[in-house]
Amino acid sequence: MTFRTALLLGSLFVLAGCSSSGNWGWYVIDPTTKNGASNIRFLLNGFGATILLSVIAAFMSMAIGMMVALPGMSSNRWIRLPSRIYIEFVRAIPLLPMLFWVFYGLPVVLKSIGINVSIDAFWGAIITLAISDSAFTAEIYRSGIQSINKGQTEAAKTVGLTYGQTMRYVILPQAIRRILPPLANQFIYIVKMSAFASVIGMQELTRRANELVVTEYRPLEIYTLLILEYLVLVLIISFFVRWLERKMGSDESK
Amino acid sequence: MPGDAHAIEIKGLNKWYGDYQALKDIDLTVDHGERVVVCGPSGSGKSTLIRCVNSLEAKDSGLISVDGIEMVDSQSIDAIRSEVGMVFQQFNLFPHLTILQNLTLGPMKARGLSKADAEARAMQYLERVRIPDQAHKKPSELSGGQQQRVAIARSLCMEPKIMLFDEPTSALDPEMISEVLDVIVDLAEEGMTMIVVTHEMGFARKAADRMIFMDHGAIVETGTPEQFFEAPKSERCKQFLSQILQH
Ligand SMILES: Nc1ncnc2c1ncn2[C@@H]1O[C@H](COP(=O)(O)OP(=O)(O)OP(=O)(O)O)[C@@H](O)[C@H]1O
Ligand SMILES: [Mg+2]
Repeated sequence: MTFRTALLLGSLFVLAGCSSSGNWGWYVIDPTTKNGASNIRFLLNGFGATILLSVIAAFMSMAIGMMVALPGMSSNRWIRLPSRIYIEFVRAIPLLPMLFWVFYGLPVVLKSIGINVSIDAFWGAIITLAISDSAFTAEIYRSGIQSINKGQTEAAKTVGLTYGQTMRYVILPQAIRRILPPLANQFIYIVKMSAFASVIGMQELTRRANELVVTEYRPLEIYTLLILEYLVLVLIISFFVRWLERKMGSDESK
Repeated sequence: MPGDAHAIEIKGLNKWYGDYQALKDIDLTVDHGERVVVCGPSGSGKSTLIRCVNSLEAKDSGLISVDGIEMVDSQSIDAIRSEVGMVFQQFNLFPHLTILQNLTLGPMKARGLSKADAEARAMQYLERVRIPDQAHKKPSELSGGQQQRVAIARSLCMEPKIMLFDEPTSALDPEMISEVLDVIVDLAEEGMTMIVVTHEMGFARKAADRMIFMDHGAIVETGTPEQFFEAPKSERCKQFLSQILQH
């Protein structure tokens, strides 16, 4: 508590000191100057990569998550087991080490089994984000699907539907309203974690901010803008999630 | 040979839930066209028994064959399920689909009927259960009695040879019970083979060829409705009948 107060006071002093002695350096991102405007453009250009990275990773995570979740609900424990292991394992690995492993290690592993691919920063980041998120996605699917009454599956069996048909026509259409809001929420996690892609050289929001700091020596201003960039992005997604929750919730009462 | 075989043949059926034995050495043969009513106290294994017939519960030991198809693997289970319709206490309609879609899903996806054929068939069975005008509503817009009649029609759309009913009227308000029972009686009169778990003794007298009384996972007594109601043999059965006939 005291530590936090001290920190807060300290940072206030720094900020006040900066402003009174004219040490603020907002000129680096002052859109009215030529240099400032081009800096801003440089920073904002990271949005494309951050969003693309997150969206592709999210879709891959949704696909992997489903492949993990379905066997994870089998009544046969030997079919269930690999899915359980995957989820526990992936959840335990911090993102950054996994990113390093995928980026630097995976190509070596693939090469040793005869697959010669190089993994660039973009796909390295996507694979890592997708795998790390898929454990959570799988759990979201599982709880959504298991919330549907067992009688639905039984009725589907008695009218001759296969397992796949039962999922597709009976269970998933009902489970989707329990699945979509937490899934969309999980997208916020991916967006935030995509910042780690900067350490393997992916030119997204954080990487660009870092590069600009190196040339301009203005970390406070540039990182403030960086945080605002994420804030805007996440707030837009949150707004969408809130809307989705309301829509799904009101559907449910019908 | 299907035609020659009994509709349902069960021999030495055992079913365990963990270390609780829900069915003990059940033997039961049902002929084509026979109407069997199963009753017994709560927890006696009635649901478990009929759910074993279409393998909604997997048997632990014993033989089950339906219309000459012996239940041995998942293929035979599929084949058996295509001959057996089931109606549940809780209806189990698909709430996100319309009544018509509830009825056409199985015929279209499992039997490969065209949409038009499936809908024609669905309307025919909705007429049979006397609610053709509800086809485009969602299940939640229907009364309990109507929902259960839809569930019966949904089963009939698969044109089963055998129907299983698990307490089809237990979840219904009293005034809706007869509309559902009437539909089942109609089916019985048309010669449908059926096993009905119910405590509706008026229905049993009217529709049953044979009564079965279960207790503690075993078939305790079986006989024609006359024998069963007028001269029950076992003490347990007398007790049970006096309890439910009081109400
Ligand atoms: N999935 C299950 N897991 C464990 N025990 C079960 C399960 N299903 C049923 N049982 C037990 O098996 C016994 C028989 O259950 P069953 O549902 O067949 O009885 P029932 O005769 O249909 O009773 P009711 O009239 O209440 O429907 C009960 O003691 C019940 O607790
Ligand atoms: Mg029961």
